[in-house]
Amino acid sequence: MTAPTTEGPPARGAATGSSGSRRHHPPRSKRTTVAGRRSRIGYLFVSGYVLFAVAFGVLPALYAVFIAFLDGEGRFSGVASFTRVLQDFRFWPGALHVGAFLLSWLVALLVLVTLLALLVHGIGRRWLSSGIRFVYYIPGALAGASSVVLWLFVLNPTVSPVSAVLRAFGFETFVQTISPGNLPVVLAIIAFWTGAGGWIVVMYGALNSIPHEVLEAARMDGAGPVRTALHIQLPMLRKWISYMAVMSLASGTQLFVEPRVLSQASHAVVPADWSLNQLAYLYAFKQQDLNGSAAIAVILLVVSLGLSTFFVVRGGLFERD
Amino acid sequence: MSATDTVERTRRPARHELGPAAWLGRAFAVLVTVFFVVFFVVPILWLLIASGKSPHDLITTGPFTPGTAGDLVANWDALVRFQDGIVFRWLGNSAYYSLAALAITLVTTIPAGYALALGDFRGRKVLLTTTLVVMLIPNTALVLPIFLELSAANLIGTPLAAILPFSFYPFGVYLTYIYFSTSVPRDLLDAARIDGCGEVAVFLRIGLPLALPVIALVGFFSFVANWNNFFLPFLTVPGQAAPVQVGLTELLSSVPAFNPTAAGVTSIELPTLAVATLLSITPVLLIFLFSQRFLVAGLTAGGTKE
Repeated sequence: MTAPTTEGPPARGAATGSSGSRRHHPPRSKRTTVAGRRSRIGYLFVSGYVLFAVAFGVLPALYAVFIAFLDGEGRFSGVASFTRVLQDFRFWPGALHVGAFLLSWLVALLVLVTLLALLVHGIGRRWLSSGIRFVYYIPGALAGASSVVLWLFVLNPTVSPVSAVLRAFGFETFVQTISPGNLPVVLAIIAFWTGAGGWIVVMYGALNSIPHEVLEAARMDGAGPVRTALHIQLPMLRKWISYMAVMSLASGTQLFVEPRVLSQASHAVVPADWSLNQLAYLYAFKQQDLNGSAAIAVILLVVSLGLSTFFVVRGGLFERD
Repeated sequence: MSATDTVERTRRPARHELGPAAWLGRAFAVLVTVFFVVFFVVPILWLLIASGKSPHDLITTGPFTPGTAGDLVANWDALVRFQDGIVFRWLGNSAYYSLAALAITLVTTIPAGYALALGDFRGRKVLLTTTLVVMLIPNTALVLPIFLELSAANLIGTPLAAILPFSFYPFGVYLTYIYFSTSVPRDLLDAARIDGCGEVAVFLRIGLPLALPVIALVGFFSFVANWNNFFLPFLTVPGQAAPVQVGLTELLSSVPAFNPTAAGVTSIELPTLAVATLLSITPVLLIFLFSQRFLVAGLTAGGTKE
């Protein structure tokens, strides 16, 4: 997360090829200016992006870390903000809520997305398969507040299109449906509804990259669809499944809009400090404790930064050269 | 899953007719697929239908009984009356923020992705790795620090407070990088250089025309992400300057069914809220319907090593 263009030495390793060839040639003035000019143009091309990356990626992160170690008067206070936040009676319930949500959501994603991708991939007719994928994908257009507001209706037995289902589970009112015990699962269903389609499309693409001969050979050996899925397709999907899990884990820790809208709509049956991001919001805007808020933000940031760094550096799924 | 598994094991290896086990397996597959079609579609269908019902019909008639055009107009009028048509202001704000940020995103990310893929300068690899790491951080993670930064710069409440943070879009840089490094050969650029083109001319005359597909792709994803963003504009551009996603929650607080204290002159009925929700998703939904192919390409490129 340091300013990338000023970072010299590590990049040399990447560019050994060109720097090596440059070393072979005696430094003729024309060559150096051409290479130098091309290098300067490279900086010009990335400059706009780097400016934004510094202003809205690096600086805010550093600023949050900085004020997390200050007290209200702007004096250095060590880890006081962190201990204050961690000892807050709302912090651990918030962490537990987020954890319970993550667990239900990840299980749903891993099991159902994989299953649905396999099923859709097994459909013989092209138009049917692509049509179904698109239908699964449409809810992805409704992210954020729109999706939650729509689900307020779906979860309200008096108007819901699935009120019979809700009543079958014993929920007669909106408040019963979103009672605290149900909330992690309810939020997981909403998140699944919005995001699963995109992942099904991704998994489908990955399944398509398995050579047809491999599947044919398995069939000749007498493997049915289930055995083919377990022994050939699933191992090929493993990388994608872990990619999905990590992305979802990182974004799931940041839960904010869904519980906030539910809290607003349920007249605080869902508490305003249900998730950690909501708590950070309360610290900043209701308690005027920016340092505590920054401490929570830093904790969440470290978690997601750690996950994504691990994945980029060790996961090997991304093209880095 | 385990039931199908045992069924599968006892199955006789008859290839050409469907035995009972294979039949069961196929029925299971159809059942699951159809169940999820219903799961994903029903809420959206219902939203379309509910927009055309009166508040009374919404509760008394069946969920899929169609409404009337008259009620649709009445709901629309109620929405437009809410705070003197503030809903149009919200939509306008959303469009302004999303499109302005989209323009800045394209101007900054396309050259950056190009230089990362085909350029040669110190720090290239570091910038690339940083881009990937930042791309995977959820955008809500930095919202509070960005808010503090913007408030230190006295920008809160101004359009820039939404546009500038929206314009930072590392995913776009990665998409452009992948595109240029896989589909534009370096030799092509070298040929242009030999013909006497300067670096900027090479980019403008060779790189940009070839990049049209990825420009559309980045533009699409950036627009959708900006339009749907809630947490950041919720903090940085409140009140009159809010985009429609934030406005929707304000509307929600005026619905007596969800907020009993809201019963009053400005109260909003449920079908009106449905119309507003529909309105808030229409631009993105339309783009979705017309650019299905893009979407799939982008999603797959999002994390592939081709």
